[in-house]
Amino acid sequence: MSANGDHAVPSCDKVLLVQAELDGELDAAQAAALEAHRGDCAICQAAQTELLRARELLRGEAYEITPEDVRARVMARLRQAEPRPAPARRWRWVFPSLGGFGLGAACAAALALLVVLPQRSDLAGQLVAGHIRALQPGHLEDVVSTDQHTVKPWFDGRLDFAPPVRDFASDGFPLKGGRLDYLDGRPVAALIYQRDKHVIDVFVWPQSGAVQHLASNTVVQGYNVVHWTAEGMNFWAVSDVERAQLDDFAALWRTAP
Amino acid sequence: MLPHLDAAYNLARWLMRDAGAAEDVLQEAMVRALTYFTSFKGINPRAWLLQIVRHTAYGSMAFNRGVQTVPIADDDATPAEGDDPEAALLRSRECRQVRALVAALPVELRETLVLREFEEFSYKEIAEATQTPIGTVMSRLWRARQLLARAAEAEGLS
Repeated sequence: MSANGDHAVPSCDKVLLVQAELDGELDAAQAAALEAHRGDCAICQAAQTELLRARELLRGEAYEITPEDVRARVMARLRQAEPRPAPARRWRWVFPSLGGFGLGAACAAALALLVVLPQRSDLAGQLVAGHIRALQPGHLEDVVSTDQHTVKPWFDGRLDFAPPVRDFASDGFPLKGGRLDYLDGRPVAALIYQRDKHVIDVFVWPQSGAVQHLASNTVVQGYNVVHWTAEGMNFWAVSDVERAQLDDFAALWRTAP
Repeated sequence: MLPHLDAAYNLARWLMRDAGAAEDVLQEAMVRALTYFTSFKGINPRAWLLQIVRHTAYGSMAFNRGVQTVPIADDDATPAEGDDPEAALLRSRECRQVRALVAALPVELRETLVLREFEEFSYKEIAEATQTPIGTVMSRLWRARQLLARAAEAEGLS
């Protein structure tokens, strides 16, 4: 245990445990064992002093706060990268490419360009992302109700439009609830339906002036996506149910009184 | 991804050590994150986003050239309001010195330290974000802190 002055290499093998304890990474038993050792180990005691000192130095103000103008420019750029009417075929190229991260900057930069420059519609991707996020535990419904007269008023004051809400329980698509989501640069209503063990999300928002002529039906990441418009609203249904069932579901909506 | 924008900027800023370069990295990383989000299957979006930030930063030209830019500490000389001016000046100077010391750390130590101290990432999260074994994370943290403490001592920082 002779300290030779070169602390760059810890000369006690418990030193990293001292650090782990300060970082809250040890359980009670490990911490107790360390405590027993540290009482007798000058190296570990010195290490602790030094670690505490480093922490003290960093306490406070070194976090780089995002400047407002930077935030605004990033948001603008992200909006730009969001949907535009465009051929809906090619955006799918980008998804199988996550592994491309490891392939080096040139490849990734090329992909990023591919994604950004053509500004093609990625709405279907956003919809599926929204659907998948919602399937995480506890994220599905903001209002849980099978009653359309409970779900519809829940959106009052939360959105600047009143989404149509219908229950199709008698057709095998019971309403489960609703939540708010954010898509296409605006807050939207999401209605949740159940089909057997599958969840169907219906995203609803008003049609804007620009006509959204996206491919109306598509498959993204194995999820079926169906689009229709009615009552001045955009409707997008996303689910892992079979295509035919989702089409039936859309047909119910279209023909609903 | 948007809730983690601040974390992304902080890491980009500390990696690039330059505001303009950090913004470029942030922009590109956020677009990539948005693009790839549907293929994200993990459980920790923040660590995932910071992994993208890191990849983007490492891939950036400025980074590879070894940026000759303004040190991170020099643009934040404004003392906090409400302090007595002398103390504020002193504090601000110390703060800048500390930041310069962090900025001077080798990048692999710097990123580990930033993720631990500023993002309060667990070792596991750091390992995920930097694609590094936990044992390496621990020894990098150790070296980063030791270098920082000793450099501060050498500069007479309390």
